[in-house]
Amino acid sequence: MTATSAGIPAARTRTRRTLLREAARRHPRALFGGVMVVLGALIVLAIGFGTVAIAPGTTVAITLHRVLGIETGATWSAASEAIVWDLRFPRVLTAAMVGAALAVAGATFQGLLRNPLADPYVLGTASGAALGAAVALLIPVRIVVVEFGLVHAFAFVGALLAITVVYRLSRLSAWSGMTSLLLTGYAVGSLLAAGLAMAMYLSGATLRQIFAFLLGGFEAATWPRLAIALPLVVIGTAGILWRARVLNGLMLGEEAAAHLGVDVKRERAILLALGSLVTAAAVAVSGLIGFVGLVVPHVVRLVVGPSARAVLPLSIAAGACLLVLADLGARLLGDIPVGVVSALVGAPFFLFLLRRAQSGYEL
Amino acid sequence: MTDLGATVAPAPIIEFRSVTLAYGRREIVRAADLAIAPGERVALVGPNGAGKSTLLRAVTGLLTPVAGRVEVDGREVADFDRAALARRIAVVPQLAVLPFSARVEEIVALGRLPHEDPIRGPRPADRAAVAEAIDRVGLGRLLGRDARELSLGERQLLLVALAIAQAAPIVVLDEPTVHLDLRHQVEVMELLIDLNARDGTTVLAVLHDLNLAARYFPRVLVVADGRIVADGAPADVLTAPRIREVFGVDPGILSSGPWSTMPAGR
Repeated sequence: MTATSAGIPAARTRTRRTLLREAARRHPRALFGGVMVVLGALIVLAIGFGTVAIAPGTTVAITLHRVLGIETGATWSAASEAIVWDLRFPRVLTAAMVGAALAVAGATFQGLLRNPLADPYVLGTASGAALGAAVALLIPVRIVVVEFGLVHAFAFVGALLAITVVYRLSRLSAWSGMTSLLLTGYAVGSLLAAGLAMAMYLSGATLRQIFAFLLGGFEAATWPRLAIALPLVVIGTAGILWRARVLNGLMLGEEAAAHLGVDVKRERAILLALGSLVTAAAVAVSGLIGFVGLVVPHVVRLVVGPSARAVLPLSIAAGACLLVLADLGARLLGDIPVGVVSALVGAPFFLFLLRRAQSGYEL
Repeated sequence: MTDLGATVAPAPIIEFRSVTLAYGRREIVRAADLAIAPGERVALVGPNGAGKSTLLRAVTGLLTPVAGRVEVDGREVADFDRAALARRIAVVPQLAVLPFSARVEEIVALGRLPHEDPIRGPRPADRAAVAEAIDRVGLGRLLGRDARELSLGERQLLLVALAIAQAAPIVVLDEPTVHLDLRHQVEVMELLIDLNARDGTTVLAVLHDLNLAARYFPRVLVVADGRIVADGAPADVLTAPRIREVFGVDPGILSSGPWSTMPAGR
């Protein structure tokens, strides 16, 4: 970008790279298709890898058999089928869904707040969910409805309650919309974090479980849980994609957005609600997985530019890829927390991209 | 005055009927009447805090009057839905810090938002309008450049291009020439004249520079203390006594203009 844009003839070695980058920027749809293909391949690979290795062909054959009833003529053991279908499939798909959800929510909050440091958790959803989960773990009664325990329900409700409180409080403030939201989110988040610290202090034996929620992971993924969370994520994401032009309008500020035909107050409330819904659904099934929501949208912007029309769908695809990959890594390394792996894989890659971008990208 | 204007001129494209504007309890503009005909070029001048920008905010629908009506095309501004208003009025945005890096053409493309289909996004007609707007402000050589690398003058031209791409019959500007060097000031003014002459766009601009107002705008409104105290051709409006009264300065410190005692060649 820098070489061509400055009008300086690009060095020969750089030309191809520049051309490739220009092509990516011009054809975000083709890029999206490409990333989706990569995602599909990653999903098949991730299902195959593990303590029991299963060939990609077998994975595909089992999938075709279970989903479409097509017989490919391949044979497999009942144990393989149980591993693929009951254990790894829901886990890998949950990882993909959560990655997509957090990335699209991150892109939404960054655009909405006009703040590159925003992530899905910035307005208190994380602290709300964490406190909810901690409280649920401290309640000695165990209620389970369709495999949805108190922890999931409380985490979901906690996240949504937190954002609601933040939104309501922010409207009382004298500051203009976005600043007031950010500051209120910070204040409420701190308050909830204090509650969480207190809960952990009192938790005794359940401390480890609370800690596991804070780190996040997909060990507990099952089909029913996925089936409950997925519609929420899909609905929220569709609503956000529909509003791509709102996020674009906000690029030049709230007044400019209003002048470009955006009903800022209304759209801000709707986008906040959608982003929070998606985040809460993801957090409820997986705990707090950081990094994806902050960094994936930036990586995507570095490749395709700032238009939300390209950034949102590509964030969905890339976020899903990152967490499928990170979860695979986490499993292969002996079930270490997925957030650790996603940061280990993603952070150096992000730093590398930032270095390459040179000009034109300041946080 | 409103009635008189309505009978003489064609139906106004912007009209204020005894409009009072306030922020909370603080009244900024009191009982303002104003009619602007399609295709006019109107400059608003006056000291800081006089209410010029507030008047603009009423036109663009950011501020609803506490009394009176503001109409665009004979329809009250508050009745427009925002996208429909954005297709009637293009506002050249204030220079803002961009949260993300964006290319010249990506910024100008924002002007097409009110015309865009929410699902399909920009269509070939939108892309053509963007390309034409960039060409018109003469920024073709900056295609592909990060907008944050541009000079202030180039950025202002970029924002004018955004408003041109919006293809609205009214263009509103709030101090479009502050921070700009002489050449870019002139370039922005010439662009406005060209837009007005070729497309019949109505131009309404707040200006601080009385020289620019007098030179490039056939009609000047002087706003002081929340009132429109004078309205007419620069020669009639920007007189030496009025400048002394409104701005509290001796017009002798300005270069020659309508306020000069000796009639100066424009």
